Amino acid sequence: MPTESDSTVVDGVHYHQFDVVIVGAGGAGMRAAIEAGPKVKTAVISKLYPTRSHTGAAQGGMAAALANVEEDSWEWHTFDTVKGGDYLVDQDAAEILAKEAIEAVIDLENMGLPFNRTPDGKIDQRRFGGHTAEHGKSPVRRACYAADRTGHMILQTLYQNCVKFGINFFNEYYVLDLVMTPVTASDGTTSDKPSGVVAYDLATGEIHVFQAKAVIFATGGFGKIYKTTSNAHTLTGDGVGIIWRKGLPLEDMEFFQFHPTGLAGLGILLSEAARGEGAILRNSEGERFMERYAPTIKDLAPRDIVARCMATEIREGRGGGPNKDYVYLDITHLDPAVIDAKLPDITEFARTYLGVEPYTEPVPVLPTAHYAMGGIPTNVNAEVLSDNTTVVPGLYAAGECACVSVHGSNRLGTNSLLDINVFGKRAGNNAAAYALTVDMPPLPPNAADWVINLVESARASNGTERLSAIRKELQDSMDRNAQVFRTDETLNEVTRVIENLRERYKNIGVQDKGKRFNTDLLEAIELGFLLDLAEVVVYSALSRKESRGGHFREDYPTRDDANYLVHTMAYLTGDAHSADAGDHIRLDTKPVVITNYQPMERKY
Amino acid sequence: MSTAIADRAPASGPESIQTFTVTVIIRRFLPGIDLEPRWEDFDVEMLPTDRVLDALHKIKWEQDGSLTFRRSCAHGICGSDAMRINGRNRLACKTLIKDLDISKPIYIEAIKGLPLEKDLVVDMEPFFDSFREVQPFLIANSKPKEGKERVQSPEDRARFDDTTKCILCAACTSSCPIFWTDGQYFGPAAIVNAHRFIFDSRDESNVRLDILDDKEGVWRCRTTFNCTEACPRGIQVTQAIAEVKQAILRGKP
Repeated sequence: MPTESDSTVVDGVHYHQFDVVIVGAGGAGMRAAIEAGPKVKTAVISKLYPTRSHTGAAQGGMAAALANVEEDSWEWHTFDTVKGGDYLVDQDAAEILAKEAIEAVIDLENMGLPFNRTPDGKIDQRRFGGHTAEHGKSPVRRACYAADRTGHMILQTLYQNCVKFGINFFNEYYVLDLVMTPVTASDGTTSDKPSGVVAYDLATGEIHVFQAKAVIFATGGFGKIYKTTSNAHTLTGDGVGIIWRKGLPLEDMEFFQFHPTGLAGLGILLSEAARGEGAILRNSEGERFMERYAPTIKDLAPRDIVARCMATEIREGRGGGPNKDYVYLDITHLDPAVIDAKLPDITEFARTYLGVEPYTEPVPVLPTAHYAMGGIPTNVNAEVLSDNTTVVPGLYAAGECACVSVHGSNRLGTNSLLDINVFGKRAGNNAAAYALTVDMPPLPPNAADWVINLVESARASNGTERLSAIRKELQDSMDRNAQVFRTDETLNEVTRVIENLRERYKNIGVQDKGKRFNTDLLEAIELGFLLDLAEVVVYSALSRKESRGGHFREDYPTRDDANYLVHTMAYLTGDAHSADAGDHIRLDTKPVVITNYQPMERKY
Repeated sequence: MSTAIADRAPASGPESIQTFTVTVIIRRFLPGIDLEPRWEDFDVEMLPTDRVLDALHKIKWEQDGSLTFRRSCAHGICGSDAMRINGRNRLACKTLIKDLDISKPIYIEAIKGLPLEKDLVVDMEPFFDSFREVQPFLIANSKPKEGKERVQSPEDRARFDDTTKCILCAACTSSCPIFWTDGQYFGPAAIVNAHRFIFDSRDESNVRLDILDDKEGVWRCRTTFNCTEACPRGIQVTQAIAEVKQAILRGKP
């Protein structure tokens, strides 16, 4: 696996040196590796085998205004992204995303990605929620796709190209800490500079320190703070949690996307591509209810709006099933040949997991926690920020773990596969260029101690609390209190639950005391990150007393630009383990970058 | 329309709450503790809609935290949880309990032919080594037009569609009796991934045909069809191997 041979072992800890270390082998991490790998000595460290990463679960497509099938422009794409994000998007970043989208798709095709094709052999494109022509006039075909496994093909293609370039992978290595070295500048001021990461090798239980000139975080999201989620079991926000524990800020954490069409009761995703191909959402009366809420683009309204409309239908008694607690995704009017060619995987999910035949029966669906719009703040160069403007030299982040912010308060479908490619590429290029200009930073003494202590104290824990019970209570409470609809009351309720769970977490028991493949230990550490991040999400949500995008406050149901057209910046201050979140979280704001589009009422 | 939809609640929808007890017998191996693998029984309370992965989680989370297996997406796309369930290779997250005969115990063990590490976890490196050896990436010397995609007709794209579905779960390779006895054999998954490029009209290399025209290559396949039956993605694996054999004999299409 790892081909580099110049690692050393001191006191049982392995030490490696790389120019660039990338944490995470999903789309963003591997896209970065393809840029950095050929230029500087690069390692990718991943908790999973690269092809297991959750990029592979993305289905519908990747947006780019190629205009292969109808008129389109990157400027329209920029506008849609800004409006879709309810004007909390940084517009300079959205413009980069939309402009560089075209090259990003061509890059992937040239690398070998098997996109679906038009009759004349070009990359085919289809409709997706919130993507429109001429600033909202009508839906536009902008999503480039490979059946309903676009993410799978992107992940495979990127891994294939990493194989081609001989990238060093450290698979099933779990990064647990970012190493910072205090550096004194010529003016006498001292600041912390990243000098590597510390990882736990799951197979052997040994600790590895990766000293590096530049570090890229590409660790994905943290959907497992919720019970009903499209996210993998492994999406526990470790990277975002590491950054948080280092005292670096997190941005816009209150904004979490609930994807409208999760399989009811399971949360498994049914792509918006279904609606892009003509599927219709219906209530128990068979009514196409989205016509009432979004008369122009109906079922193709952005996800936050559709999810709220579904929840409203159910609340008002028009849900289906014996408990009237879901709505239906209806594709029975589509030609089975079209379904087989364009939506084969999601129809199989409905058959396998619900026993529903989508050719002839509508599929029960419910919103499912899907995507974190917030995360590690970066500028458009993928450089991580330590406040509103200051760059942490040598530290980069890209993909779902990062907040550029191109998604604002609500991400448009197909913009995440785009985000990982555009900003993954930027992160890889910029980290490599930076690494070429600096010397290897020294490691601080005892760089691995914090992780050794974390791992060993978790392994030794013999408390009476079950990990799974704490996790379940967290997820249940987050679903009940911090999902599509939120109020002061529900958020205070989940705050109390998290406080209690954080206390109980100190008394957990890890049963597996072994060194090798200790997934019990792994889950204990993951749960710590989940608890930390859920607290930040809820604390940020409490402070935003307005409704915008994915954050809907029933007690403050309108958008309030006068007070809240700003990003939320959360900082860990004081004792992270104190019970009251207010004692250790400080909130600040950051201005939104507005260039061409003044905030307007968001109608579809 | 309206009543039709309202009446058509799925028979086995999420609201069914009939639980039943299943006995799961797992082949355990804890390195450093067990000298040899051993079978261990667990009784778990399950719902008909639950998957084998749910049963494993219930055991791990409520009975024995040391039970070890890989999993991630839990809906059949990441390829982490291939295992032998009642003697057949399947993904634990795609196998519903109700589809197994629950009057008998469910037997679960690690996939065969790869070194056993712990419980249901095997060393995947030999498997990925074979994958990497077939040069599983597009090889094309001709440059596409600057800033443009290579052109490919829908028919040419369809030619290799089936083999693009592979999730590298190893269910096929580790169900192959040739692979069990000869770990040097490339195995079905590597050949499937070679097929994906051999039949891609954009690819210009013959190198994979040379690599697989080897005593450890496609000629070892005895068409037992275990691989096709095992594939959780429904790939016609044996057919893909046969097509690669044809391409070696007749040249790249």
